[in-house]
Amino acid sequence: MADLTDYTAVKLLSLLQAGELTSTELTKAYLDRIEACDQKIGSFLRTDPEESLKHAAAMDRRRNAGESPGPLAGLPIALKDNLCTRGQTTTCGSRMLENFKPPYDATVVEKLREAGAIPLGKTNLDEFAMGGSTESSALGETCNPWNTTCIPGGSSGGAATCIASGMSPLSIGSDTGGSIRQPAAFCGVVGLKPTYGRVSRMGLVAFASSLDQIGPLARTAEDAALLLEVIAGHDARDSTSLDQSVPRYRSVLQQPLKGLKLGVVEEHFGEGLDAEVESAVRESIRVYQELGAKITSVSLPHSEYAIATYYVIAPCEASSNLARYDGVHYGYRTDENILHATLKQQRSGLSATDDEQALNNLDSPLVRLYRQTRAEGFGAEVKRRIMLGTYALSAGYYEAYYLKALKVRRLIRQDYDEAFREVDLVIGPVTPTPAFPRGSKIDDPLAMYLGDLYTVSANLAGVPAISIPCGFSNAGLPIGLQLQGPPLSEDRLLQAAHWFQKETAWHQRRPALN
Amino acid sequence: MMSDKPYKIVIGLETHVQLLTETKLFCRCQNRFGGPPNTQTCPVCIGLPGTLPVMNRKAFQLSLITAIALNCEVPKFTKWDRKSYYYPDLPKGYQISQYDLPMSQNGWLEISDPQGNFDSKRVGIIRAHLEEDAGKSMHDELAGKADSRIDLNRTGTPLLEIVSCPEMYSSLEAKTYLTELKLLLTYLEVSDCNMQEGSLRVDANINLHVDTPQGKVATPIVEVKNMNSFRAVERALDYEAQRQYSEWQEAGKKLGDVPKQTRGWDDGAQVTRAQRSKEESSDYRYFPDPDLVPVIVEPEEVEQVRQSLGELPAVLRKRLQTDYSIKPYDANVTVNQGPKFAEYFIRLAETSGDPQQASNWMQQEVLRTLNEESWAVDEFPVTPDELSQLLQAVQKGEIDRSRAREVFREMTMQGNSFQQAMQSLGIEQVDQSALLQLCEQLLTEFPQIVADVKAGKQQALGRIIGEAKRRNPNVNPGQFRQPCLDLIEQK
Ligand SMILES: [Zn+2]
Repeated sequence: MADLTDYTAVKLLSLLQAGELTSTELTKAYLDRIEACDQKIGSFLRTDPEESLKHAAAMDRRRNAGESPGPLAGLPIALKDNLCTRGQTTTCGSRMLENFKPPYDATVVEKLREAGAIPLGKTNLDEFAMGGSTESSALGETCNPWNTTCIPGGSSGGAATCIASGMSPLSIGSDTGGSIRQPAAFCGVVGLKPTYGRVSRMGLVAFASSLDQIGPLARTAEDAALLLEVIAGHDARDSTSLDQSVPRYRSVLQQPLKGLKLGVVEEHFGEGLDAEVESAVRESIRVYQELGAKITSVSLPHSEYAIATYYVIAPCEASSNLARYDGVHYGYRTDENILHATLKQQRSGLSATDDEQALNNLDSPLVRLYRQTRAEGFGAEVKRRIMLGTYALSAGYYEAYYLKALKVRRLIRQDYDEAFREVDLVIGPVTPTPAFPRGSKIDDPLAMYLGDLYTVSANLAGVPAISIPCGFSNAGLPIGLQLQGPPLSEDRLLQAAHWFQKETAWHQRRPALN
Repeated sequence: MMSDKPYKIVIGLETHVQLLTETKLFCRCQNRFGGPPNTQTCPVCIGLPGTLPVMNRKAFQLSLITAIALNCEVPKFTKWDRKSYYYPDLPKGYQISQYDLPMSQNGWLEISDPQGNFDSKRVGIIRAHLEEDAGKSMHDELAGKADSRIDLNRTGTPLLEIVSCPEMYSSLEAKTYLTELKLLLTYLEVSDCNMQEGSLRVDANINLHVDTPQGKVATPIVEVKNMNSFRAVERALDYEAQRQYSEWQEAGKKLGDVPKQTRGWDDGAQVTRAQRSKEESSDYRYFPDPDLVPVIVEPEEVEQVRQSLGELPAVLRKRLQTDYSIKPYDANVTVNQGPKFAEYFIRLAETSGDPQQASNWMQQEVLRTLNEESWAVDEFPVTPDELSQLLQAVQKGEIDRSRAREVFREMTMQGNSFQQAMQSLGIEQVDQSALLQLCEQLLTEFPQIVADVKAGKQQALGRIIGEAKRRNPNVNPGQFRQPCLDLIEQK
């Protein structure tokens, strides 16, 4: 048999269902691959081979017993480490939650278990999903499989790299401003951010609640469709989840594209777009034309404000969502003996100099516990966003920043509504450039943020968007194509992506890892 | 009572009411008082990562009922906001509350004083909004060493915050407002309003409008907390008014000159004390909670709730006066004892056919017994129908009041029916011939009395009646008097 880790999930599933392959064999193959490659890539923060094989064996037993154990039965899957897994460490790439074990599964994890998927492990991410390079993870480094000196993208860096390097056929990521699509583009895989509310957020550790959305990563649109069908749907435990039935995405894929109206987003081809990326995207548009799509030009006039809007709203929500990590109830806590000793020393120092004012201003033990815990538990990027958000929500700034951002957010949504009156989907690049060298932007947050230029709008508007491989740079780095659609048009997006992949072979290339 | 002071007291009250729901506001934990610490908690209410709140419809319904009973407007659109501050009993680092678009606003509550110490008035309600409660902290913060214990059982239980306008001008008005509010909530069955258990909590904002040669001057507003009974509220406000006046005379600080101060009532010392203001108190960084969706309340729903409210205290007081012709004071006492008491009275008034007598009995014998035995109306062993038989016997003159009280005691203490009680006390009707015989005998024994009565001294008869009762306790003075007079007449 050829290398199993090279197959698509759909192909593997048919082998499993036909009895030509056991889940144990398959899981073993992926665990071996992880063993062989992950030291180099760093996709996984943790794996538990014994546990995975136990699940695989159980699946095999059930299948042998004639049961039909679910639509993903026996298929391995990787989970981003901001998805809660019952009794298993869920770190969010942060020291703050390094040892945190939630007593519950995320709804998505529950659904995957019910569908018979075999969790392989938890993948690396930017700390609390804040970042576009996975470099802000406090717990591990992740490299781009196409060039290990480059970043894999982020925040779902581990989720994208494990697919690209054949360490998992499927994986789950989360996307707040591009965190699925951008690493998918940088790693040459498919990544879908569904409509806001399509997939339950229950059990996804919140970064920015009104923007966060869980989605699939895979090699093909068909595999992504397979996975989305399992994880989508209404959840009474998430008030923002949409009460809409889930289409059978895979059956929609096969319908021909004839008559599809694609809008090329004018604003996405302006300043800052790398020439190689532009030519790959333009070439892709030509592919669609050949597939029978009608291409027109559309405008999303408020695009230029998207980054500014996003970097107000997301930090505001983050500053509030991350307030709970204070060292009191769970998670990291600063060393209290040191804390008290330090306070005592500071107090006696101030008493000696009779500095009444400074003595009065000295932290109470509780306040010091908060400050010190958060100072030690969070990394620089997380702190930066907490400060931005706290500032923007403060009295006197709220109207100028947060409220203004909400207004622009509505305008951005209106742009989409208008565009989708003219076209079915809009098409453009995912990122301005291919993956960049590790460390090159770590001290330049603004440059890092500008990389989210084309992705954040979909989150602000709540619309679905997909990233598919559409070319390579001269340096051999993947380039992604982005399609965005109106709310709940995941079927259309997947269908369009599927036909593109039938016409192109970009997704069949594999990085040389050895 | 205020006119003799050179200032006017201005009071606004913020009342937090715990709603009687089965489960908490945003998770499905039990909403119950007590229980070992941290046993009524779940990942949602202790704010574990990844958990999400889901609104309890029942809690919203109870708030709606209350808001409508408080004559509030209920906007069609209301939303949830996060109020951020750090405290160990607040596990998420924010409280889910309502900020700029509360679920209700602009209502009023009518208060009056039967003694006439102030004119009946409507106290404005600025807003009533729903929020989640925090947990409880117990501190032992020694210098340099912190030891705090946290109980999160209360975290996330539904609280309705009712904010009045600053429209009460004496501690009595404030106390009356609270009494009336508590009564309303009891009639609505939305809260048990137990101040000891914290299901009703009151904070007061108070300042003075001082008369000066330059006109009225407002003093700085002080928020008074930590008042654990209505009595404490009354005393704290009286104390605070005097304290503020003294401070005004000494320092002359006007509203706006100093930041708003918070003071706590020390019930032992009967004084208010300045509280250390929280470091972060000034800026709660409110913003809409993105985990929750806005709540839409259709006008039809408001109308439906309004229709189903039932009879509220103010209306019931008026009805008791018109339907049963009892005095405003009596109607007030009856209604203020709560819906069950009022219900008992109505039944007693109906069956006995004598509402005024029913009212007297309720307010004297029944109320006294309830207080002495610490019974709730539910626990009172005599049904209104049984009690009604006793009242009718009194009315017909079959037994006198003092005997009736003995029967009442027998009924309440032994749980006897009216008939059983009469029997066990050996009370029988004395027949007319026996009565006349006794009378004849006494008149013979006390000729002087006969002479006195004949001479016009009617009160001399008392002695004969007393003697008759001594010889036969069943003798009813009302029934004895006339035959006795008739016999004297014949002599
Ligand atoms: Zn709970």
